[in-house]
Amino acid sequence: MNKHLLSINDLTAEGALEILNTASELAKISDGPMKKLPTLRGRTVVNLFFEDSTRTRISFESAAKRLSADVINFSAKGSSVSKGESLKDTAQTLQAMGADAVVIRHGASGAAQRLADSGWISASVINAGDGTHEHPTQALLDAYTIRSKFPEFRDNFAGLRVAIVGDILHSRVARSNVLLLTKLGAKVTLVAPPTLIPVGVTDWNVDVSYDLDSVAREVDVLMMLRVQSERMADSYFPSEREYSRGYGLDLDRLNSLKDSAIVMHPGPMNRGLEISAESADSHKSVVLAQVSNGVLVRMAVLYQLLGGAAFAGEVSA
Amino acid sequence: MATVLDAGEIGRALKRIAHEIIEHNHGLENVVLLGIPTRGAFLGERIAQFLNEIASPVPVGTLDITLHRDDLRLRPPRPLLPTLIPSSGIEGKDVVLVDDVLYSGRTIRAALDALGEIGRPKTVQLAVLVDRGHRQLPIRADYVGKNIPTAASESVKVHLSEIDGKDCVEIVAGA
Repeated sequence: MNKHLLSINDLTAEGALEILNTASELAKISDGPMKKLPTLRGRTVVNLFFEDSTRTRISFESAAKRLSADVINFSAKGSSVSKGESLKDTAQTLQAMGADAVVIRHGASGAAQRLADSGWISASVINAGDGTHEHPTQALLDAYTIRSKFPEFRDNFAGLRVAIVGDILHSRVARSNVLLLTKLGAKVTLVAPPTLIPVGVTDWNVDVSYDLDSVAREVDVLMMLRVQSERMADSYFPSEREYSRGYGLDLDRLNSLKDSAIVMHPGPMNRGLEISAESADSHKSVVLAQVSNGVLVRMAVLYQLLGGAAFAGEVSA
Repeated sequence: MATVLDAGEIGRALKRIAHEIIEHNHGLENVVLLGIPTRGAFLGERIAQFLNEIASPVPVGTLDITLHRDDLRLRPPRPLLPTLIPSSGIEGKDVVLVDDVLYSGRTIRAALDALGEIGRPKTVQLAVLVDRGHRQLPIRADYVGKNIPTAASESVKVHLSEIDGKDCVEIVAGA
């Protein structure tokens, strides 16, 4: 694995599966006998969050602590310095504190890449969401969740049908998921009103549909996305009610799904907008499994990035 | 390259170890076998099979020690291997760790750490197919298939039919 995890494109299909397999083994250990592992003792993980987050930050913190790393939470919200400068200053502070890994969430697409390429720090950089670009650990935990619900797709998603529904345009979760799921062989369909489909989507190796009802019946996985009102300066649909009627997962649509199908949502959910309360709490929903799997997958990522030597050296047992 | 144990000798060594485990523990009531993956896990299964033929079945599991190693930072990350603790647990049990080669003792130190996280066995014993010397820690085996004096530059290769297609132990001269 590379030094950083900035994009799903940093991973091969084999590399991604290795992370998922590591997470599976960690699940067996840490759900059972060993809650806390000594693996990253003495290493420091910094959570550098320029944007609000509940589950991602807590998930990374929990993952690092279960591996015995020291965790520093750095919330940069409210910084008045211009973005480029503030990132540099912050990075140099972290370098001086001796961070081994920096988990960064930033509102600007490419912020994680900038931090990794800048030479400001020597730590591993993990992208925890950059603008509307990518959120690779979310895609990994989604793939892990899918795999645990469909064991027949353990090593290969060929034949698996996934629909990603909603605000594709602003969604880093959708981008990372499209990259990872197609890399693993799944057939992905994006469903959204035309205004929320990005322009470059023709290059993505996915199908596009504007009709949720016809797609919902066909798929194994229905991934609902949050409508990101905070990133919407313009109006992308006439009203919330109209969006909900066309692209929300209500009870009727839930009942039209295959018996084996699962409903995912990266959270936080706008109940009543993209997903109804009944759907969110139904037995098809794996939203809470996604959260608990997030810790395991992030443990696996931290282990892969920090658990070994930076460079392969010949050392005898 | 020299073969130091062939298939028949490996089988007899494991069978003898099985007998010694019964003798040492005055029976098998409290015994749990834990193999250290990869090859120790197969050896654990084989010893359990001998124990079953000679006396009675024992709980057998595996214990991956990768996350407890002290040399993690000296090498690229390793894949994790399965850990499977028998449902009877290890609390108050006589745990017999099984590994293929005892060398520096660091694997066993890590295994003792891992065990300590899981519970408190009454005793922990160690069975190895080959003891090649060169200990770096005060650790010894209770049951040894064969003591093989080696030079530090040599390496000991254990082949087991489960994954290597044949049973034998070889000494390979170092570069």
